[in-house]
Amino acid sequence: MSAGVVSEPARRALQAARWEALRRRPLRLLVLGLGALLFSLIVGIAFGNVAVSIDDTLAILGHRLLGLPQAAERSAAAEVIVMELRLPRVLTAMAVGCGLAVAGTVLQGLLRNPLADPYVLGTASGAALGAAVALLVPVQVAVLGLGLIHLLAFAGALLAVWLVYRLAGGSAAGSLTSILLTGYAVGSLLAAGLSLAMYLAGANLRQIFFYLLGSFATASWQQLAVGLPLVAASSALILMRARSLNALLLGEETALHLGLDVRRERGILLALASLVTAASVALAGLIGFVGLVVPHVVRLAVGPNARHVLPLSAVFGASFLVLADLVARIPGELPVGIVTAVVGAPFFLSLLRRFRQGYDL
Amino acid sequence: MSGAALTLRGVGLAYGRRQVLHGIELQIGAGERVCLVGPNGAGKSSLLRCVTGLASGRQGTVLLDGVPLEEVSREALARRVAVVPGQVQLPFATRVREVVALGRLPHEHPLLGPRPADLAAVEAAMERVGIAHLADRDARELSLGERQLVVLAMAVAQGGGLLILDEPTVHLDLRHQVEVMRLLVDLSGRDGLTVVAVLHDLTLAAHFFGRVVLLDQGRIVADGAPREVLTADRIRAVYGLDDASLPLAIPFAERPGIPRLESSAANASRSSTVT
Repeated sequence: MSAGVVSEPARRALQAARWEALRRRPLRLLVLGLGALLFSLIVGIAFGNVAVSIDDTLAILGHRLLGLPQAAERSAAAEVIVMELRLPRVLTAMAVGCGLAVAGTVLQGLLRNPLADPYVLGTASGAALGAAVALLVPVQVAVLGLGLIHLLAFAGALLAVWLVYRLAGGSAAGSLTSILLTGYAVGSLLAAGLSLAMYLAGANLRQIFFYLLGSFATASWQQLAVGLPLVAASSALILMRARSLNALLLGEETALHLGLDVRRERGILLALASLVTAASVALAGLIGFVGLVVPHVVRLAVGPNARHVLPLSAVFGASFLVLADLVARIPGELPVGIVTAVVGAPFFLSLLRRFRQGYDL
Repeated sequence: MSGAALTLRGVGLAYGRRQVLHGIELQIGAGERVCLVGPNGAGKSSLLRCVTGLASGRQGTVLLDGVPLEEVSREALARRVAVVPGQVQLPFATRVREVVALGRLPHEHPLLGPRPADLAAVEAAMERVGIAHLADRDARELSLGERQLVVLAMAVAQGGGLLILDEPTVHLDLRHQVEVMRLLVDLSGRDGLTVVAVLHDLTLAAHFFGRVVLLDQGRIVADGAPREVLTADRIRAVYGLDDASLPLAIPFAERPGIPRLESSAANASRSSTVT
């Protein structure tokens, strides 16, 4: 049945080489991504409206994080900027970028829809409504350094997904289409609530608006201490379920034939992705485009194998969002969501044009 | 790899209030090659869904090597029963090799992924099905027939003692139909796999299967050698062909599995599929 044009050993060697290339490429990209992550960490800390030299940045980080001996006296101001303002901000951007990219990969795979993003199941409007309600309530609550706005945004996002999942029939019969459509319907309903809240907010409108476009301006160590473990743990658990996402590539029926407990895995993956998304949204508001574009860009490079796509999306999503935040800071605190869209959309479009042959949505 | 034996006792299935299968009794031995035929809606695919554990609310007992299906975990089942999916759609660009590699998911390490043996099985399956030259193509760019071969290769890579196919030849040209049939003969003859396939083409069924099970309205009408099952009268009755002028000459092979496919057989294949 096979074409006997090439000699048998030569063909074997060629096949082995192809497997090697396929396996080595993601590894090389992972190394590249980790390098980009380190680069964005340093650049993200050094630059801003008050620049700290790269040398000083490295020295301060080395001294405070790694316990290296301090070479020379540095201004206390530089140390405060690096340790109290920039580092938590950069780490928050990393956590959120990683979380959104991983959640986007999961939802695109789970719903088998290239247009899915972390917000597709009502998370965005749920979180936004929660945040808006928090701004309307004249009570100041703070738990673990988290304001009411973070808590309600987190709760709103989770509540919205839970509602969608229940209404779509839960684990029992809910087909993918019905989950997607329910997500759209619930999202629209919550968006109406958000509009009402914004209408009532009056003077607070700008604050809500700022939240809707996303920002890392209020990042702090306390918030990070709650948000980072949540994002990191959920992302790690998702990475361990790469096989389940792969099995779902050909649809749920084939996944069953491949030995996957589809109902259980779908519930677990959906819960983890929602947790990551809710934590990300609570930390930084609604930042679009990262969760949609990063997984696609990674897939263009390494194919749809979740075993490769998940870790690469995490790493590149993290560094992308740190750099986007840096760009947003330069003109003086633009909402970072604007930057991700302005940078992400043309980049994505150019990629689509280049790879049109093998990649149509 | 040795074949798995399959036993169905009093298997029934209802979709809502509509009973689609009635008390199916079927015994398929290890390494046997069995073809299910029957008109549309006869319950062939439903019967397959009962065997693959996909049908919910099934009545009766299905035994795989003597063990009730309910007592086998999904993952263990996937290592023993490979199912060739019908229509599949890929949401993302995916190389043929990557699709075939999905068949190894039940075998690979849950965390670390495929082992060298899994990669070798993928290559071997692609060669055996004759799609090695397509390995690096995007599966979504292939023709329907080629895609059918890709999912067949996936099931071959999956391995296991029982191979289940639901109309594996619908989109294939004549040559590939024959090649797929020869592959099934080879898999059962050389590897000892049990093969259960649903086919609409009675000529292919008669040629390549030693045993044909004819279903009609959720019941087994006849079960045995093709020559005994596929009589002209029975075919006319089951498929509702009252026009006696339709030619229904099925060229039975002397020994099923040894193809004797000539132009006359090709013509018969056309006429017998007009149902």
